[in-house]
Amino acid sequence: MKKPGQKIYLIIIMAFLYAPILYLIAYSFNNGKTSVWKGFTWKWYEALFRDAQIMGSLKNTLTIALLAAIIATILGTLAAIGIYNFKGGVRSAIQNISNIPIINPEIVTGVSLMLLFTFAGTMLGFEMGFWTVLLAHIGFCTPYVILNVTPRIRQMDSSLYEAALDLGCSPVKAFFKVVIHELMPGILSGFLISFTYSLDDFVITYFTRGARFQTLPVQIYTMTHQRINPKANALSAIMFVTILTLLIISNIVTSRKDKEAAR
Amino acid sequence: MKRILSLLITCVILFATMAITPVSAETADEAEPKYSGEVNVYNWGEYISPGDDGGLDVIAEFESRYGIKVNYTNFETNEELYNVLVNSNSSYDVIIPSDYMVARLREEGMLLKLDFNNIPNYKNIDDRFRNQDFDPDSEYSVPYSWGFIALVYNTKMIPEGEITGFKDMWNPKYQNSVLMFNNSRDALAIAMQLCDPPIDPGSASFSEEDIDRATDKLIELKDGGSLKKYVMDQVFTEMEGSQAALAPYYAGDIATMMDNNEDLDFVIPEEGSNLFIDSMCIPSCCKNKENAELFINFMCDPEIAAANAEYIYYGTPNTAALELMDEDYRESELVNPPAEFVDKCYKFTNIDDQTYSLMQENFIKACTGRADSGSKVLVMILLGIMIIASLIVVALNIRRGIRNRGRIQKI
Amino acid sequence: MKSKRPSIPYLGWMLVFTIVPLLMVLYYAFTDKAGNFTLKNFVNVSDYSHIFLYSLYVALISTVICLVLAYPLSFFISRCTQRKQSVIIMFLMVPMWMNFLLRVYAWVLILQTNGPLDTLLQIFGIHTTLINNTGAVIVGMVYEFLPFMILPIQSVMSKIDNSLIEAAQDLGCNGLYVFRKVVFPLSVPGIISGVTMVFVPTASTFLVAQYLGGDQLMIGDDIERVFQFNHNTGSAIALVLMVVILGFLVFMNRFGDKEAVGR
Repeated sequence: MKKPGQKIYLIIIMAFLYAPILYLIAYSFNNGKTSVWKGFTWKWYEALFRDAQIMGSLKNTLTIALLAAIIATILGTLAAIGIYNFKGGVRSAIQNISNIPIINPEIVTGVSLMLLFTFAGTMLGFEMGFWTVLLAHIGFCTPYVILNVTPRIRQMDSSLYEAALDLGCSPVKAFFKVVIHELMPGILSGFLISFTYSLDDFVITYFTRGARFQTLPVQIYTMTHQRINPKANALSAIMFVTILTLLIISNIVTSRKDKEAAR
Repeated sequence: MKRILSLLITCVILFATMAITPVSAETADEAEPKYSGEVNVYNWGEYISPGDDGGLDVIAEFESRYGIKVNYTNFETNEELYNVLVNSNSSYDVIIPSDYMVARLREEGMLLKLDFNNIPNYKNIDDRFRNQDFDPDSEYSVPYSWGFIALVYNTKMIPEGEITGFKDMWNPKYQNSVLMFNNSRDALAIAMQLCDPPIDPGSASFSEEDIDRATDKLIELKDGGSLKKYVMDQVFTEMEGSQAALAPYYAGDIATMMDNNEDLDFVIPEEGSNLFIDSMCIPSCCKNKENAELFINFMCDPEIAAANAEYIYYGTPNTAALELMDEDYRESELVNPPAEFVDKCYKFTNIDDQTYSLMQENFIKACTGRADSGSKVLVMILLGIMIIASLIVVALNIRRGIRNRGRIQKI
Repeated sequence: MKSKRPSIPYLGWMLVFTIVPLLMVLYYAFTDKAGNFTLKNFVNVSDYSHIFLYSLYVALISTVICLVLAYPLSFFISRCTQRKQSVIIMFLMVPMWMNFLLRVYAWVLILQTNGPLDTLLQIFGIHTTLINNTGAVIVGMVYEFLPFMILPIQSVMSKIDNSLIEAAQDLGCNGLYVFRKVVFPLSVPGIISGVTMVFVPTASTFLVAQYLGGDQLMIGDDIERVFQFNHNTGSAIALVLMVVILGFLVFMNRFGDKEAVGR
């Protein structure tokens, strides 16, 4: 049904979006550091895996992302439930404040947290590092969880919970069996979004990491802002393949479920 | 369900990656010794022999010799080092600042006295480099390298002989192809020499007027069109990739650039330039003092110092190491500049906080230009409109909210 | 379930990690190094007015270009089948998930002097510097944020029922009229969303100008630099940025409300 003009436009835009990444990947196999092709090689990939600093950063990034996402999800889900029970004006005030980390420019959030941690650090005598980064990440992930869970709470029928209580469940059991079950899609998407944002965060991590704690985005900054570094190309290639694979798998799984549902 | 599945797949792949990475790091290092301690070293970038290209991997050598883990990180400027030490409560054991920064840290009580019983290799350090102004009794520092600032240019873009000194950087003939130091001290120092009348960059303090004039000179570099970009380590990519024509930089690094691009050549600036000595010190936040002194001693070992000097190609204050170096090194003008030049050189001294802040503030203005009154007025008007408009909208929303509540109550 | 108590942990968190840091920014902005009240920081901020204007200018142009490129594309995508839409969306998301800095770095490689694009243009006799200027920064920004403009608009447009368009055509409207009266008004919430999601990060971005730009800094880079030696002026700049962005958001919100209600 699509006119050829539309198709061409789509292809042009897609090409624009993918060309730079593909260029990066192509040159990750280049046996030189400039744009002059000097032969095919795997050496940058070897260098990448041997680089303990990069591997360390990767581990840090994954750890922080997982922990931040889990804690933010728990904190955010509970918060969403509680906030929902506030009345009109207070509720919207709280929601607005809770959204501040989302709408504020990242650099302002980063800088404000740096001020907080430096001040607290001198008072309480700790160094910025893993814990400050984790706290900062939880800080900006939780609002996303709340945003994802709240619509579900609105849609949920509160009488289900009371029905469960009437049928003899303890409040805790009712909570898990009814409330959490109903909210699960929102909780999951909140978790995924938190994980993604934490994984890729650079600005806030840059300001709260102190002098030595490295995450992958920060490591990439160190690698790329001084000299041309083909290890970054190799890293891009690996990331690209991983992301593409994950998204394709999730897409296939989703469409298979949809087809089953349609039957 | 579909989300749970994609979530599970994500987690599986991620944990698989996490599980693999420690394995790959270990197998690459083969028999990794168990470390009995660590030492945190904070140094300039590209300032230690890394073992690529056949040289010695100094860090790995230290780790295998003593079984102590080295946590090695880099800083780009002395100012960055200072900010980190002051503002981030980090602990480092060995730092390698330049002369004026050593003076500043020493005067502010941020360095520990060295126990030279633990640094017997100190005997290799040339007398000429001991008891300098920045550490009069040589109690806090051990010289690591010394050098000066020269100019590097691309012979294909600028004919030989056209460049004789820093003043040529301002020549509008070299449109958009000149680089400059991206740090306030080095950039302003060059500008100061070229001011009329010139200001001595080595003096202990500068008046506001001095700094203003130097800043104006730097802005001229931008306005005249010759400035391409303010860079530090990016200068390597720019010059080696033949992307810029002229840049001032540290002599040793120029030698490295020339190695990687045969079109490059150097010029010893006729005005004289900054002569610097970088030294190893132990900051007061140090947590592993013994390991730190061991590391410093190790770096003064003739073979180690020679390996480092060979890689970074800066002058070495270590006489025993000098004897191990080859002819090319000892005769190179970039390592051994002519005496008339050295006489014209100046050394940075420690300046007080306020002056220094002023310099950094002005340097940003040099980088970005001065704001004209038009922009200032425009921004203030914009800000005013934003604030008033926001207040109006908020007021309207509140009014609407009150009206709606009234309407609902009526129903 | 009716209790507000689950939200208490998060409310406390919000206080410490969202409100207090912002109060600290406020505090530092209005005091000098010794802690005395002063308005001098704002006088210093006026020295950076041209950086502000430059950032807003770049952000505006980037946003407009994104909007112009994304709008037709979103429309074309929204007219496809559900299945095709999810595939296209998936391919759009892959570049989004790639690390922000790596994508900017890709453009550094492509636009560098004597790089691929430069060499190609030289064959055609065009000799110009492609990198280290405002154009390169805008290209980088558009590349980064185009998907953020496409997705919200597409999401809103996919809810525009085809039958509405067909009905309008049946009633005798030509293409332009259909667009003006049917498609455009219904797509406004998406446009608002997209513009917000592109303008805010573009105006306050950090590092893109350092990688791709020349001697002109943007306000995000400026804040970081000033923070290195003067927390007070830095906070003042951050505060002004926050006010400008919040003003913009309030304006966008109000504009969105008006359109949605159809006044």
